[in-house]
Amino acid sequence: MPSSPPSHPVRPRVGLFVTCLVDLLRPSIGFAAATLIEQSGCNVEVPTGQTCCGQPAYNSGDRATAKALARQTIKAFSAVDYVVAPSGSCAGMLKSHYPRLFAGEGEDEAAALAFAGKVHELVSFLVDVRGMASVESSFAGRVTYHDSCSGLRELGIKDQPRKLLGTMPGVEIAEMAEAEICCGFGGTFSIKYPDISRAMVDKKCASIAESGASLVLAGDLGCLMNMAGRLARDGSPVRCRHIAEVLAGELDDPPITASATSGASVTR
Amino acid sequence: MIPQTPEFKANARAALADPQLQRALSGLPTGLVAQRTSAKARLPEFEALRDVGRDVRNHALAHLDLYLETYEHNATAAGAVVHWAETGAEARDIISRICTEAGARIVTKGKSMISEEIGLNADLERQGFEVVETDLGEYLIQIRGETPSHIIAPAIHLTQDQVEADFRALHTHLPADRTLVEPAELVAEARGVLRQKFLSADVGITGANFLIAETGSSIIVTNEGNGDLTQSLARIHIVIASIDKVIPTLEDVTTLLRLLARSATGQEFTTYTTFSTGPRRPEDPDGPEEYHVVLLDNGRSELLGSEFSEVLRCIRCGACMNHCPVYNAVGGHAYGWVYPGPIGSVMTPALIGVKAGGHLPNASTFCGRCESVCPMKIPLPKLMRHWREAEFEQGLTPPRYRRGIALWAWFAKRPRLYHLAARFGIAALSAAGRGKGRFSWLPFASAWTRDRDLPAPQGRTFQQLWAETQRGVPR
Repeated sequence: MPSSPPSHPVRPRVGLFVTCLVDLLRPSIGFAAATLIEQSGCNVEVPTGQTCCGQPAYNSGDRATAKALARQTIKAFSAVDYVVAPSGSCAGMLKSHYPRLFAGEGEDEAAALAFAGKVHELVSFLVDVRGMASVESSFAGRVTYHDSCSGLRELGIKDQPRKLLGTMPGVEIAEMAEAEICCGFGGTFSIKYPDISRAMVDKKCASIAESGASLVLAGDLGCLMNMAGRLARDGSPVRCRHIAEVLAGELDDPPITASATSGASVTR
Repeated sequence: MIPQTPEFKANARAALADPQLQRALSGLPTGLVAQRTSAKARLPEFEALRDVGRDVRNHALAHLDLYLETYEHNATAAGAVVHWAETGAEARDIISRICTEAGARIVTKGKSMISEEIGLNADLERQGFEVVETDLGEYLIQIRGETPSHIIAPAIHLTQDQVEADFRALHTHLPADRTLVEPAELVAEARGVLRQKFLSADVGITGANFLIAETGSSIIVTNEGNGDLTQSLARIHIVIASIDKVIPTLEDVTTLLRLLARSATGQEFTTYTTFSTGPRRPEDPDGPEEYHVVLLDNGRSELLGSEFSEVLRCIRCGACMNHCPVYNAVGGHAYGWVYPGPIGSVMTPALIGVKAGGHLPNASTFCGRCESVCPMKIPLPKLMRHWREAEFEQGLTPPRYRRGIALWAWFAKRPRLYHLAARFGIAALSAAGRGKGRFSWLPFASAWTRDRDLPAPQGRTFQQLWAETQRGVPR
């Protein structure tokens, strides 16, 4: 339901679901997300009772752990109006899979469904819920956007990021071929089946190179780590960032896998 | 067929290193995938039709007993002999008995995945029958001693050069200096060879895309017409079909056929769609003297009503594998048993057990592209996850992996401790990666760093930094 921020009498309380990867590896995405949520007319809170959405357990067949983490997450965000995650994968877990996890389980299911109603992926929250039509920051460059699988297929995130990027005067969007095909990350898949994962990310990197973009954007740090890690290993000059960093204009931190001093540093 | 599924990883590695296979697979996106996309675009109601198709199948499966009995009644009334087989062995025995009693020598076959599932060819050959696959793709893999690598395009793993070489090696009765450059020349040669077999066959075996309860008919769809020759030229026609294939009415089947060809090959309709109802009647110009239908369960009735029941909606179009990035990378043989791709990753553990087939439901990124194209809207990732749950509950998850999950879960369930541990862990990792931006190798992360760099953490955890900004400490 789009609501216009200025006319809202009280600023809604948004609980930021940081995601474990952002928390550990790239806090700059979390801060960029917080900036954008505030720009959309909301107040941001970061409950400390959150850790991980439980997806690694859920997708490994460990339902008991997944349920425990789901209950923990639902409880941690009980006070806020919205739960927003800078990840289609984690938001999909919170929004689509928590209710499935507790299907037919009375109170737990009701709680999961009520919680799911509050959950949104960051860019979809900005555009679809808050009606954000443009961003305040600027960026100049040729970028390409990778559609992360869960965001795309579970949450319908496709046009929203392109819409906001399109309002930034210096941004040129160079679509890659097969932007909707998986990069080969798949969470634990990437370490359980490294050969197949590598073949998949190689195809993705080839599409990225063909697009002519110098920066890859996506809404999920997992996919970005995979693509950036492979591009770096190949010695590609193409860089990767989470879309929130560009939309918020918070680009002080070097791109993913690039060093603070020089983008070309190699540690091998 | 002895399952090679436990060797999935090694099979996949070999497939990735096979340039010929990779060349054959590279045609998928511009071939079957692009054709489906275009067919879908030409039919505005395609998405709505998927819902109708799903409902037709759900209804048929919910009342399977009723429709099977109706089918048997109507098929029998039309002169069919209906046989029931609980297992693959029973089905093989029924079929070989019919062949033996007929005094058969040559058995022609239309494409049938069920016959692959029950290892029919090998069994018939052991008993001395000459079995000839008549679908071009099936013929190719039969002469190579291979199994199908795709459920509708069994020889999709082959390139044209390989086919030419095989034909020259096998068809030695033809002039050695003949040209075999154009696909049409290869097809014509196969047609010439197969024509003789059709004419001399005693028994023709086909599968069935659907069985229609209301009319007692079986249906096959083909693009080569080989199915028609198989079933109408031989004296005896045997249909082998699994019990989930029965559909209430002709009208329902029409809906499914509209979805099937578009999803499979991007055609509006297959070239041949053949309905068989009983044997030849006195006034018919042709047709078999005997018409048998073998209805096979082989585990389907156990899936019915289980958490896997939705997989029974499958109409075997192959769209899930065409669109699967894992299938596109490794091809069908790497999966190690009859059904490859996402549908195979759900069916295989059901048919050979999760212990042998456990790799398959794990070898998915859950990207969801299969579910998004499935004409029957089968939630394939969800069903693969159910197999992972079964594996976990039965203690079949690899111990190292299980311990890793348990350790991580112990911390993740204790937020205070988790945040503290994260703080120290990240501080240490950041110190190790200071100024580098990334790691090219890390202990305990070698499965990742073998092929990709790992981004170095930015320094401190978000939770830590956020807490500081809330206290007024500048970032």
